[in-house]
Amino acid sequence: MAQANAMLAFTIQRVFQSIVVLLVVGLVAFSMFRFVGDPIDNMLGQERTDADIERLRGELGLDQPFVIQYAKFLGKAVQGDFGVSYRQGRPVSSILKERAPATLELAAVSGFLAIFFGVVLGVFTAIRRDGVAANIVLATSLIGVSLPTFLIGILLIYLFAVELGWLPSFGRGDTVKIGGWTTGFLTWSGLQALILPSITLGLYQMTLIMRLVRSEMLEVLRADYIRFARARGLKEKTVNFRHALKNTLVPVITVTGLQLGAIIAFAIITETVFQWPGVGLLFINAIQFVDIPVMAAYLMLISVMFVGINLIVDILYFNIDPRLRVDRSSAEG
Amino acid sequence: MNRNSEATLSVRDLIVDIPTRHSVLRPVDRVSFDIAPGEILGVVGESGAGKSMTGNAVIGLLTRPAHIASGEIWLNGDRIDHLQGEPMRRLRGKQIGMVFQDPLTSLNPLLTIGDQLRETILEHLDVSKDEAHQRAIDGLKEVGIPAAEERIDAYPHQFSGGMRQRVVIALALCAEPSFIIADEPTTALDVSVQAQIIALLRRLCRERQTAVMLITHDMGVIAEATDRVAVMYAGRLAELGPTKDVLTDPKHPYSIGLMGSTPLASAGKERLTQIEGAMPRLDSLPDGCAFHPRCEHARERCRQNPEPRLEAYQNRAACWFVEDLYL
Amino acid sequence: MSALILAWHSDVAWSFRRSPVAVVSLMVVLILVLAAVFAPLIAPYNPFDPASLNLMNGFSKPMEPNAFTGDTFWLGTDDQGRDVFSTILYGMRISLFVGFTAVLFALVLGVTLGLVAGYVGGWTETIIMRIADVQLTFPAILVAMLIFGIAKGVTPVEHRDEVAIWVLIIAIGLSDWVQFARVVRGATLVERNKEYVMAAKLIGRKPGAIMLRHILPNVLSPVLVIATISLALAIIAEATLSFLGVGAPPTQPSLGTLIRIGQGFLFSGEWWIILFPAVTLLVLALSVNLLGDWLRDALNPKLR
Repeated sequence: MAQANAMLAFTIQRVFQSIVVLLVVGLVAFSMFRFVGDPIDNMLGQERTDADIERLRGELGLDQPFVIQYAKFLGKAVQGDFGVSYRQGRPVSSILKERAPATLELAAVSGFLAIFFGVVLGVFTAIRRDGVAANIVLATSLIGVSLPTFLIGILLIYLFAVELGWLPSFGRGDTVKIGGWTTGFLTWSGLQALILPSITLGLYQMTLIMRLVRSEMLEVLRADYIRFARARGLKEKTVNFRHALKNTLVPVITVTGLQLGAIIAFAIITETVFQWPGVGLLFINAIQFVDIPVMAAYLMLISVMFVGINLIVDILYFNIDPRLRVDRSSAEG
Repeated sequence: MNRNSEATLSVRDLIVDIPTRHSVLRPVDRVSFDIAPGEILGVVGESGAGKSMTGNAVIGLLTRPAHIASGEIWLNGDRIDHLQGEPMRRLRGKQIGMVFQDPLTSLNPLLTIGDQLRETILEHLDVSKDEAHQRAIDGLKEVGIPAAEERIDAYPHQFSGGMRQRVVIALALCAEPSFIIADEPTTALDVSVQAQIIALLRRLCRERQTAVMLITHDMGVIAEATDRVAVMYAGRLAELGPTKDVLTDPKHPYSIGLMGSTPLASAGKERLTQIEGAMPRLDSLPDGCAFHPRCEHARERCRQNPEPRLEAYQNRAACWFVEDLYL
Repeated sequence: MSALILAWHSDVAWSFRRSPVAVVSLMVVLILVLAAVFAPLIAPYNPFDPASLNLMNGFSKPMEPNAFTGDTFWLGTDDQGRDVFSTILYGMRISLFVGFTAVLFALVLGVTLGLVAGYVGGWTETIIMRIADVQLTFPAILVAMLIFGIAKGVTPVEHRDEVAIWVLIIAIGLSDWVQFARVVRGATLVERNKEYVMAAKLIGRKPGAIMLRHILPNVLSPVLVIATISLALAIIAEATLSFLGVGAPPTQPSLGTLIRIGQGFLFSGEWWIILFPAVTLLVLALSVNLLGDWLRDALNPKLR
């Protein structure tokens, strides 16, 4: 009972915090919309009459108090209505809906690569801390941190697309439409097209996760309970993986969650290098052409994702670490 | 080497070295002792005297670059000082148990105590999972955990410090080792539960005829629990003898000082005394007897020659002038 | 002079001399910075002087005489006949200028807000640190892009290129102040309650004076470490933004812009147009990173 209550209180608190963050981001998005450039200018062309301006002003509610306008903006945003793209003249929501699957598929594959290889290499370099292979991996990772993502992308394109000709250098390949979702997972060319972008996007995050896992694991391996586990004659494998790794992952999960959010943001760069038709490429084009509704919508969308990921991470954290989970006073023996 | 074949543990001329960039430090220097089945040997000394280092050497848990440079360790008639890796691991837990100082940090916070007990039992004993579970519950009952059937699924943080140390003892004993090392098992506990834990340890080891090496700096614990006591100073054994004798009639000048500064041991005497100075650091040990700079009886011989070494069961104090001091 | 001798014998200098990686990194950084500062003197051509350009020189390979003009260029030329070596020197000037200025801006802003938050406390602190937390949720590069986009929207079209560099500096600086603020606030909280600050308060010194004279010197070394690491990040951020076309304008190409231009020629085989700027950027970022890594270990082992 106490457990369920603590969980509920914790979740409510975090959900409340998330809503506050989203309201702040919404305010930024709305201010952009309202104050950057003149929406009337952007929506009406050169030939306009004063009557047109007045009509549109009334339609958009620009004559109403700021707070009311903000509330209306939020109300629409919640329903997925972000207005019309200045540049494409279509509703932003339908553009986003078209573009989102490409970015989400790319981010999912990259995230998986980053976490899987990041944890494996992190554990490896921690356990074999004096080994030659581990030190080579570590040294390489420092170069990896200094190498900007777009250069990695260009390098991969040059090697595997230009020189070797094995993989496509841009685009998504053939896609299949399932309901409202276009997927590249189901065609051979779609899968091929995914390889280089997902490595490019995942590499930097992988390096970060690896270095974090390594330093946390080295810390845990010095802990008393690890020495006690050894003193009890447990196998090295059991000590490393059952005892050390699990404790290592508790702090790693938080950072990894944030990294997954970062992957969606960094997709902007990868999508530009590979001309990947996702929301990141859309956003960059929007900045170049000052397409405010698209920028605002992207900001809102990505915030919801970030906040959502943070929330999930917090709750996961709560479930993994029993010390946070149980009402302490009732259990103290 | 006159090894005692009756003893559970025999340590002979054990030397532990730590090579550093400038020199080789020697935290344990030619230490010899025996522990018989069911016997509790107390090891006392200041921090840095080499007590824990000796224990870690015996159980094979020295952290690099510390290593056994020479000497012999015999357990139940087998020599174990040269064992490495897998054979040593099989010995740990199964033949040598260990209890650490801080019960708050020696249990894995993410596993239930049942998980930790069962994995240890299954590692060393050839039993089924159900049997292991039953043994785990029995073990908890034995160390006095109430409602063991339910508490077995609890996490370490759900126990108080004293209860946790009981769990640690159950873990150390669950594979029925013939020898356990208890490294300051009560130091981190409330005074009120210290005596309980010591009594528990004593009772269990008597019942099972387990030999115990009890490392502590608390003379009360020594008086309470041990059969014999070894006094360590700067990595060397200063005195070794039956607890009663050492407490009431210490021979080595350092032990004399130690007893004089302990309220319990000096009960009835007028006032507490103190030893001038501090134990030397390992990188600046004096020539001759390690204790001579602080010894009020020190003479030329003490400055020139290292103190005589204790042969287990022969002399009691490692001092050139043991007899003279009392003449 | 004696101060120099003293500095040479300090612990930091000792650990510096013992670390070949640090020595080499510092030398590389110094050479690159000097090359950038004195670019007009070193560069064989001024790539932005139309008079010195000869379209016939376009696509010259490195170290090979051009087929039409017979001119030889160390690192070749781009499509318009611009000397790649010269464009790199001028590009590095922009990259380093933006990097240094942005970090300076972030440093001043972050240290000030951190000091104020830590010293004043209360609501001021809550607001500053909440903003920091929210901003930290988003990757710096995204924040910088957004700021760039907003600023672009606010600036009239005809002035966009002129202010682009400054917008870039502000965007990167604003995206990077949080680290400084957090560390300085933490240190200030510790220092605030120490006796010497109490004493300064008691003898009636003003809060501003106390912060500057007493607290600031104590937070200098972590700030220096963060500044170095931030410099590497700022250089990479600038290159990334310019590469994406939302950074330095075509009239003032930075290393990122050069790589953006060079990418187009990679497929047609003119590899040198992209390779040399890319290698320069990598060497610059890597040496600043290594220097930062070493500085962190040398000055403050606890700061991870």
